[in-house]
Amino acid sequence: MRIEFAFLRAALMAMTLSTAALAVEPGERLADPLLEARARAVSAELRCLVCQNQSIDDSNAPLARDLRVLVRERLASGSSDADVVSFVVDRYGEFVLLRPRFGWHTALLWLGPASLLAFVMLMLWKRQRAYSASLASDPSVQPLTEDEQKRLARALAKDVADI
Amino acid sequence: MIIEIGHFALVLALMLAATQLIVPALGAHRRDAGLMAVAPPAAVTQFVAIGVAFGVLTYAYVTSDFSVENVWANSHSAKPLIYKISGVWGNHEGSMLLWVLILALFGAAVGVFGSGLPLSFRARVLSVQAALSVAFLLFILLTSNPFMRLVPPAPEGQGLNPILQDPALAFHPPFLYAGYVGFSMAFSFAVAALWEGRIDAAWARWVRPWTLFAWAALTVGIAMGSWWAYYTLGWGGWWFWDPVENASFMPWLAGTALLHSAVVMEKREALKIWTLLLAILTFSLSLMGTFLVRSGVLTSVHAFAVDPRRGIAILAILGVFIGGSLALYAWRAGDLKAGGLFQPISREGALVLNNVLLTTAAATVLIGTLYPLGLEALNGAKISVGAPYFDRTFVPLMIPLLVAMPVGALLSWKRGDLRAALQRLVAAAIAALVFGALAVALVRRGPWLAPLALMLGGWVVFGALTEWGARIKAFSSSFDESARRARNLPRSAHGAMLAHVGVGLVVIGITGATAWNSETVSTITPGETVSIAGYGLTFRGAAPRRGPNYQETVGRFDVTRGLRPVTTLEPTKRIFTAPRQATTQAAIYNALAGDLYVVLGDALDGGGYVVRAYFHPLVRLIWIGALVMGLGGLLSMSDRRLRVGAARRARTGADAPLPAE
Repeated sequence: MRIEFAFLRAALMAMTLSTAALAVEPGERLADPLLEARARAVSAELRCLVCQNQSIDDSNAPLARDLRVLVRERLASGSSDADVVSFVVDRYGEFVLLRPRFGWHTALLWLGPASLLAFVMLMLWKRQRAYSASLASDPSVQPLTEDEQKRLARALAKDVADI
Repeated sequence: MIIEIGHFALVLALMLAATQLIVPALGAHRRDAGLMAVAPPAAVTQFVAIGVAFGVLTYAYVTSDFSVENVWANSHSAKPLIYKISGVWGNHEGSMLLWVLILALFGAAVGVFGSGLPLSFRARVLSVQAALSVAFLLFILLTSNPFMRLVPPAPEGQGLNPILQDPALAFHPPFLYAGYVGFSMAFSFAVAALWEGRIDAAWARWVRPWTLFAWAALTVGIAMGSWWAYYTLGWGGWWFWDPVENASFMPWLAGTALLHSAVVMEKREALKIWTLLLAILTFSLSLMGTFLVRSGVLTSVHAFAVDPRRGIAILAILGVFIGGSLALYAWRAGDLKAGGLFQPISREGALVLNNVLLTTAAATVLIGTLYPLGLEALNGAKISVGAPYFDRTFVPLMIPLLVAMPVGALLSWKRGDLRAALQRLVAAAIAALVFGALAVALVRRGPWLAPLALMLGGWVVFGALTEWGARIKAFSSSFDESARRARNLPRSAHGAMLAHVGVGLVVIGITGATAWNSETVSTITPGETVSIAGYGLTFRGAAPRRGPNYQETVGRFDVTRGLRPVTTLEPTKRIFTAPRQATTQAAIYNALAGDLYVVLGDALDGGGYVVRAYFHPLVRLIWIGALVMGLGGLLSMSDRRLRVGAARRARTGADAPLPAE
């Protein structure tokens, strides 16, 4: 179970680690590669406000450029990633975040998919239980005898691939 | 005059569709074969009438008839012929006309090939199809008429958005619409079944070929759009979770679920009621997709209000068809008899899991796409939902689906043996492990999780091959025997194998392109060299060139690997004349391991240029995989069992007249 969970998280993170992009101009880049990598990660989560659904990291619009430079300036002056993001949100509103913050106004957005899945699984489980219960209480349904089980196993083993 | 013939043909089509809506329905109600027999000829003539209208509009575009407002607003005499033709559906009015043309084509196909269907059932199917036609034809004629004249005629047109002047994008809408509209067949069959109050395994056999066709077309259409984005947008992104993309992805997810539940229904008579609901939901998402894109509601809730007439008509059509069919479902579904029972660990159980995950995924995309609209309408708050959201909600749903895929296919119907299935997959699991280990050995960088994602893709590919191999006994009998078995295997089995292999290829492509992408941006002058992923790109300068309706600057790069010359790449920047707009054309070299992708940036003082170079490993597999999936769908569709008319032969015996094949 533990291994399965770790694998799930691993594969999930592999998908999310997007390194694509680059509207970043040569002159904008920070000399420190670590700081530059942080700037890229922060930029990927910020929306270019004048574009259709592009992050500032992907867009070559002038406004996106200004924001990229701003992000790098704040990071270079020692701000944390979270500080930079809240600074940008304070200036431009939550619209600028491509990953909306969790809160009352986004509860349904974030919890909707998981609760839907949980609900459907629960319904299926209940149905299955009801079906098993109805089988168990049905006198006309008898378990196979040993002989019958053997015959069934032989028949099944014969050619499963043909079914 | 010719334009008016097209306009008239469209009005005529509306009348024919109205006839096809009412008369066969009345016939089915009164059990009057004569009235029911009106449906097929009405469907065929309706198709002919819409075909004439579409032909006339195409003629107006090809001859650059700027007395037609639609042509004037969207075309230009200097455009190459292919883009004059694709311009017909490159705008709202024309694309709606293409939509009804495809709808009528499907209706006519039922009319011509549907002689195997029970008479009253066919009448009802065609009546439902006609209801869709009536709604769309009214919408076109009243709010989006492409045949309006421009008085006085203009000497020259305003041109087509240059971004649309591209081979992949020219044929992207027809594929997408064939998919959307194809699902209307499943919808009409579902509504007709509810209406008639009868459903059996034959229903699934009739619906599957249409659904397979629609699904294959939609798969290819989405892939084309993604490929276009890849080479046009200038940095190699291929999926953005943009609402426009999501609009086509939702019906695809639901349609994929529908294909699989229809298999259960056909083979085991189980999941009948659920399959009906899924057919309705899939087409509802297609309708919504069409309208989300066409109404402008996506860019802003306010754009919707710019043309309230169109907006309200759109809402009315969505309300009538989605609301109406769901109400009919709620009313009648209880009367239908539920079918076969099964254990949770069985082929049916696995396909239920497939359906649960795929429909939840479709719902997730729906929530993510509509949530910002809903929130803004509710309290004016503006939020964005972008790729980071979908990475965290959609991707986790896909992982169990991919893990379970090969296992589910090896379980037997009704009651499966999980341990036996897993034992048969040991070889596939080992192959996937080796595949992942090879990736680690070859590429010693990038996220450590990427090899795991690669293994997942390999697992799906090898798993699909295992199942297929077992069916033809590839490893347990002679070559001749296997070849004989492969020939005798139904085509749908080959198709399913191909489609599943395609899914695995897509996963591998996505992983490679996401995890091991490399990039460089630099300013270079002629003679200088940029290096990336083992390639050297030597800039040989840039020169102007003239195209049919654009001016371009062509950059020349000699590509070398080590000392060996590989190729010459010519990325360009285009300035279109009408309308005035710039586009970048990336130059791409397809190496075996991935794509070398070069973009020419802005010119600098002193002859230098900004140049962006990328290496996108394995990215091509994303589209190859999608094509393989589409091919698998078509192969499945050609299965004898699913051929139109096959159901009748099976039912009435050998002496029934054979339909033309």
